[in-house]
Amino acid sequence: MKCIIIDDEPLARMMVKEYLQAYPDIEIVQECNDGFEGIKAIQQYQPDLIFLDIQMPKINGFEMLELIDDPPQVIFTTAFEEYAIKAFETHAADYLLKPFSKERFDKAIQKLLLQKNNAVNNTQAIVETASRSVVQSNRIVVKDGGKIKIIPVPQIQYVEAADDYVKIHTADGLFLKKKTMQYLEDSLQQQQFIRVHRSFIINTQLITRIDPY
Amino acid sequence: MASLNKNNAKYIPFFVGWALLWIFIQWNVLLKFGITETEAIVDSYLSNILLAASCFMVFNNMKYYLPKNEKYWYIVAVSFVLSCCWLIIIRVILWYIFKNDEHYISTLQQSSTIRFGFAFLMIGCMSTISLLYYTQKDQQRTIEQQKEIQQLAKDAELFKLRQQLQPHFLFNSLNSISALTATQPENARHMIQQLSDFLRGTIKKDDQHKNSLAEELQYLELYLDIEKVRFGHRLKTEINVAENIQQMELPSLILQPVVENAIKFGLYDTIGEVTISIAAKKEDETLVVTVQNPFDAETAQPLQGTGFGLASIKRRLFLLFARQDLLQTKTENDHFITTIIIPQAI
Repeated sequence: MKCIIIDDEPLARMMVKEYLQAYPDIEIVQECNDGFEGIKAIQQYQPDLIFLDIQMPKINGFEMLELIDDPPQVIFTTAFEEYAIKAFETHAADYLLKPFSKERFDKAIQKLLLQKNNAVNNTQAIVETASRSVVQSNRIVVKDGGKIKIIPVPQIQYVEAADDYVKIHTADGLFLKKKTMQYLEDSLQQQQFIRVHRSFIINTQLITRIDPY
Repeated sequence: MASLNKNNAKYIPFFVGWALLWIFIQWNVLLKFGITETEAIVDSYLSNILLAASCFMVFNNMKYYLPKNEKYWYIVAVSFVLSCCWLIIIRVILWYIFKNDEHYISTLQQSSTIRFGFAFLMIGCMSTISLLYYTQKDQQRTIEQQKEIQQLAKDAELFKLRQQLQPHFLFNSLNSISALTATQPENARHMIQQLSDFLRGTIKKDDQHKNSLAEELQYLELYLDIEKVRFGHRLKTEINVAENIQQMELPSLILQPVVENAIKFGLYDTIGEVTISIAAKKEDETLVVTVQNPFDAETAQPLQGTGFGLASIKRRLFLLFARQDLLQTKTENDHFITTIIIPQAI
């Protein structure tokens, strides 16, 4: 079983590594400092399990997961993020509150080994809940070729449906994100956005003209 | 006489219109008594303009002196005295101008009582209106002040809460210690001791207490040491303090939250090594401390980064020094710079 540890604090990774010594079946293939390294490593190694911190440079743990098409099983490790904990509790996910004990860690691993398949669906649901948090509702993270682009929400002009994807139109161009219109409508809810059509969500702040039809 | 303030200026047209109305009435009445056109005009203009001036004076005076006790006797007395003065003045002036016209002079003498009564009523009305107007304003101000006092008390309480440690910092530090215990027990012990000193500092200091720059920097070092254990590979700091300013004073624990904000902003907004520069110097009897951190202009979210942490520091500086301009932020070439200015008691 392959696993990756993603945390911006080296000592926090060391902690997980130390606890994992008791599990010879779980092999740590990579350690990552941030979400960008995380995405690369996940694509490269296709791990079965990741340990993921939430608050990290540039993009947080949830935003990283959003950018991965087929996320592996996740054990979240976090110190204190109210919205994250809310997301976990809503979906009964397993998460480790730092600092955590060896016993707590063992329990999380055991639980994970038992309910292998459920976990992935759960991850999607958590990411979705978390996308409505204050931090994340201000921006949207997309993949732009090999790079990752963070779009501040006010810069979005409109969103257009395109099969499995949505096209996000901004002054800088067009970005694709593999999400449903419903998902975007929900996460843009708090802002000045309206779904004017089945396939279009627009930024009402940027309307310059309305033609009567 | 004091000038009208902006707020009262809107009443001027009404005031002037009212005076003009009475000029017109008096002019008409005087004509009925067989007085020449010129005399009637001069008389009505002079009397009413002087009366208007008296009213205006009463209104303006109330702004500075609002009687609290016996206010109605005050109004009667003021009206009586002013009406008497007014009557004497217009009689002297009008007599002087038209002393050759006997008919006019006798009318002037006969109408003295009614003129006095009219002036007394006018000035009386004006003082009553002014009294009510300013009393109401005063009450409004009192209510506003009370509201503000309550708000301040609430803010102070909130601020106390805010002063407590960032839970995120605390739990992550504990996690680092936990990680160190197995392999580097000495370092773990050292960090526990640093964290304890830091916590002790946050608990005992009160809002009004002042520290010397040296003490404050020492405390800051403690904090930075802990953060460096957490982010060792990424976090670099530069502290640059001008000579001979170690004894300058600043409110206790004012620097640490600013630096904490800079670290949070710097570390979570960029990837790779982050240098936080802290510089202190003396400028015109004030202590100027600048904290600089890198950030990414494209993705930085001012709301998130500068929001709560800096706002509460600004508020605290305002409460301590009654100035809004003591905390300033600016961005320069992908660097975010926070400047704090601490006036020194002379």
